[in-house]
Amino acid sequence: MSLLEVEGLRIEFPSRHGTAVAVKGVSFTLEKGEILGLVGESGAGKSTVGNAVIDLLSPPGIVAGGNIKLDSQTISGLHGEAIRQIRGRRIGFIFQDPMTSLNPLFTIETQMVETIMVNLGFDKASAYKKAIGLLEAVGIPEPELRIKQYPHQFSGGMRQRVVIAIALSGDPELIIADEPTTALDVSIQNQILELIRTLCKERQVGCLLVTHDMGVIANVTDRVAVMYMGDLVELGSTEQILCRPEHPYTQSLISAVPRTDVKLHRFPRVEYIEKEKGRHIDVKNHWLGQKEKLSDLNAQFSDNASLKVKDVNLRFETQSAFFEKNRRYVQASNQVSFEVRPGETFGLVGESGSGKSTIARVIAGLYPPDSGVIEFAGQDITRLTEKQRKPFRRQIQMVFQNPYSSMNARMNVQDIIAEPIRFHKLAESERQVNSIVADLLDHVGLGRAAGVKYPHEFSGGQRQRISIARALATRPRFLICDEPTSALDVSVQAQILNLLKDLQEELGLTMLFISHDLPVILQMCDRIGVMKMGTLVEVGDTDRIFSDPHHEYTQHLINMMPRVENLSRSGLDIESSIAAHS
Amino acid sequence: MLLFLMRRLMQGLIVMFVISIISFSIQDNLGDPLRELVGMSVSEAERDALRDEMGLNDPFLTQYARFMGNALQGDLGQSYFFKEPALDVILAKMPATLELVFAASLIIILISIPAGVYCAIKPDSWLTKLILGFSILGISVPVFLTAIFSIYFFSIELGWLPSYGRGDVVPVFGGLETSLFTRDGLSHLILPAISLASIMLPLFIRLIRSEMSEVLHTEYVKFARAKGLKKARIYFLHALKNTMLPVITVGGVQIGTMVAYTILTETVFQWPGMGFLFLEAVNRVDTPLIVAYLIVVGAIFVVVNTLVDLLYGLINPTVRLARSGQ
Repeated sequence: MSLLEVEGLRIEFPSRHGTAVAVKGVSFTLEKGEILGLVGESGAGKSTVGNAVIDLLSPPGIVAGGNIKLDSQTISGLHGEAIRQIRGRRIGFIFQDPMTSLNPLFTIETQMVETIMVNLGFDKASAYKKAIGLLEAVGIPEPELRIKQYPHQFSGGMRQRVVIAIALSGDPELIIADEPTTALDVSIQNQILELIRTLCKERQVGCLLVTHDMGVIANVTDRVAVMYMGDLVELGSTEQILCRPEHPYTQSLISAVPRTDVKLHRFPRVEYIEKEKGRHIDVKNHWLGQKEKLSDLNAQFSDNASLKVKDVNLRFETQSAFFEKNRRYVQASNQVSFEVRPGETFGLVGESGSGKSTIARVIAGLYPPDSGVIEFAGQDITRLTEKQRKPFRRQIQMVFQNPYSSMNARMNVQDIIAEPIRFHKLAESERQVNSIVADLLDHVGLGRAAGVKYPHEFSGGQRQRISIARALATRPRFLICDEPTSALDVSVQAQILNLLKDLQEELGLTMLFISHDLPVILQMCDRIGVMKMGTLVEVGDTDRIFSDPHHEYTQHLINMMPRVENLSRSGLDIESSIAAHS
Repeated sequence: MLLFLMRRLMQGLIVMFVISIISFSIQDNLGDPLRELVGMSVSEAERDALRDEMGLNDPFLTQYARFMGNALQGDLGQSYFFKEPALDVILAKMPATLELVFAASLIIILISIPAGVYCAIKPDSWLTKLILGFSILGISVPVFLTAIFSIYFFSIELGWLPSYGRGDVVPVFGGLETSLFTRDGLSHLILPAISLASIMLPLFIRLIRSEMSEVLHTEYVKFARAKGLKKARIYFLHALKNTMLPVITVGGVQIGTMVAYTILTETVFQWPGMGFLFLEAVNRVDTPLIVAYLIVVGAIFVVVNTLVDLLYGLINPTVRLARSGQ
């Protein structure tokens, strides 16, 4: 008899335009003390399964078929008061974003004590005592002091600990964790996963861990269920899924995970989800490949696209005040110096708030630095007037992190990509503009027919292709990619990274690649700079940084890196399948 | 906290300064005070002499400097009609107006919060549709029309409530008098208060409904449900407190606006307050009184909004702590 039995679960979202089936007959079981990973990409229905267990489906979702049993008691179909008795008391829930799952207006004490009182029927004093104990158990120092504070006084990792403490406060038999570490930095992610694992094993609590991240799966789960488009395609031990995946989707998913041991030329076998459209064009002989000579633009230019960043400082005011001494600043960039050589990909890596995006924006000319010099092709570009700067702007282009907000939703794709060409007057006629845009769309794998559509008609990965096409439209020599794939699913990420690699080769682009994700950096970059709190702590060749990190912080980051192939090294060789595909 | 108060004080002073310039500079366009002040029989030469004596022929800046000099000592000029300091005339009428605004606010709070919350919790119920339908009606009908219709129904046809004036008053806190504690006073207050509330009430119902339904979709409300909390606690504690934050800010501005709207309500109901007084002052070209009224209402705006910001800081811990520099 299992703790949780899900049998033929079918979830539908009826609407005026017909019924969308989010989950199609999913079955699995979960034992006491076991951690079952539910993995899949966006839209796979994995969170929907987790929500359905405690009747938290967002309307109009309904459980249309199947059975959910908790300790052989059927709980599917329970609503209102009946399911409330189970929520918190028997099933604890951990949400993805600790920043939004606590009510900002109440102290941690209020939010914990109310939960314990309602679930266990304690009085206030003993509920308080239990809350303190729980905070201690999840590793929050000075719980008596911290419990009086409000959520905004906690960091993201600490808040997630509080959320876990609340999830545990009713002494549940089962915990459902929906992407519990997705919003956190790598080092905190590891601590939180370790915590969940220890708590489950010690208290013999079952855990359904919903995630899209193979690294998380490899780290903590006992068994894994893989979901794809509402179907459960494969269920097996973590070791089997990661090493000997049977279903083609699982295989494609695993091979798309950036590896941390070897640098591959391209990601193999990742076409399972989004098929590329269009045709490749011979870029070298195309308009796109024929760059303007830098020396024609400005006599002082040398003709290589090297970039030197020298002693760049930039601070932001976090608290304004009338008197200088009362103002507070954050030093987003502290004496940062590095060089990007022509044709290479330079990676900037660091956790959130380390100042890596700030540097990118300084280079792109979006923020003026407080002091320091940015030299592009031998000339300082920080002290130029806007008019002098214009030719540089088209030489340095940027791909932003969020493909949803970096495009004007009211312009069609044709105009989005054509705008920089028109603005910089790079084409002779409107006809030429149109043919360039069509070729670009073909080349980035969208197909020329995409031009008439609007951004909302595309998926995240397709939108990022549009962003890349837009960045290429001015024939830049230098491309800044600021977390270009962190909002994307892993298989789509692999496709985008492949595209970037191809383009770099064909066009001889120099790239600055920014990411918090070490495996991605490893796969993409020739050299790496590691940033911490506005300071560049280490620069070196990718191989050297990964094999022999000098700085303490780099070592820490690399140790924390989730490794999928720790498990898979023994089994299926991705190598052989790579060989077969390339 | 101290820094915040000082900053607000500075801002308030600037606002008051601008109001004083504007209200002082429009007085030239209001008509000739002499015409109302003296009889028809006074000759043009005498009028000129009187103008000189009153300083009405001085350049604008001289007049303004004199006005500001006096204003800083608490003297906003002498009402031409009442022959009393304008400020005293207004302050004497203020309790009646504030009473009306208070009663209207109370009606708004007592109705809009339950109605707004209900509409957010049960978006599909027929009652919600009814409430929202009525609120559209309420927004569209001007306040004087509501006032006149309610007089017609409740005073003339049904004869339940008196149609004009303020009822019996009793003294509270020493000199202040209020009609809130007498039966007669309350019966006189009901219709004007409802009329005054009728314009703001729909706005607040809609505001609370939309804020609340937004809050109900947040993760922390979902998490509160996942914790196993009872519905009432989620709605009326977790969600409502978050809903009220933006509502309070809007409320502060609207209370000030309501003081201004009393001009209409008080006129229709012959309510002896500041608004009624102001309209009379305009008719009599009693410029000092008009200027004083504008400045007093401006001051009420500034004070109410500062209080609201303080209240906001008390409810929202993020704001409070940021200010004390933690």
